Amino acid sequence: MLSTLQSVLITVLIAVGCFFLTVGTIGLLRFPNVYNRMHATSKPTTLGTAAIFFAGFVHFGPGGAGLASLVGVFFLFLTVPTGAHMIARAAQRMGVPFMEGVTWPGETDEDRES
Amino acid sequence: MVTEGVDPEFVVLAVRAGLVVVSALCILCAYRAIAGPTVPDRVVAIDTIVTNVVAIAVLFALQTGRSLFVTGALVLAIIGFITTVSVAKFVTEGDIIE
Repeated sequence: MLSTLQSVLITVLIAVGCFFLTVGTIGLLRFPNVYNRMHATSKPTTLGTAAIFFAGFVHFGPGGAGLASLVGVFFLFLTVPTGAHMIARAAQRMGVPFMEGVTWPGETDEDRES
Repeated sequence: MVTEGVDPEFVVLAVRAGLVVVSALCILCAYRAIAGPTVPDRVVAIDTIVTNVVAIAVLFALQTGRSLFVTGALVLAIIGFITTVSVAKFVTEGDIIE
């Protein structure tokens, strides 16, 4: 049986999670470049899914599945940025071009032409 | 133990609305996975889909009151991470385990 506070908290957390997931998907669809899209998806989807995991924690309480939800939040915060970074490195090594005027850190114009 | 039908009305409604929204977002991400001009685009889109499915699994656990689906969500998150890392390595090095 959920108390009123728990119910309100679950509803708010689900709303926040859905908002962030929507923002991430709009960024994925609308941004012009792999690097921008990856930036747009990795942060909001982490936040959104973490909020929904916290809703699970509030629903199931501190033991059992609630603990698994907290582990899920921790895991997401570790792995999603790592995965995004690896995709970005892969795209740069494949030679996917940057947007105009954007350079790799420490790279000059002569390096780009060669 | 959470039994069915004791949650207040608006929580049930919120969970159901969340399921609909996140499922629609999965379909929208599928557009980028199909149309994306380069391979990393597709990998990013599929990674986003996996994260959305994790959220769907947690919402389903909330809807049914079965805690098993939270564990399922964790397993899905792990599979998504391993997929992303292995595809990124395969694209650059042509080999996953060297």
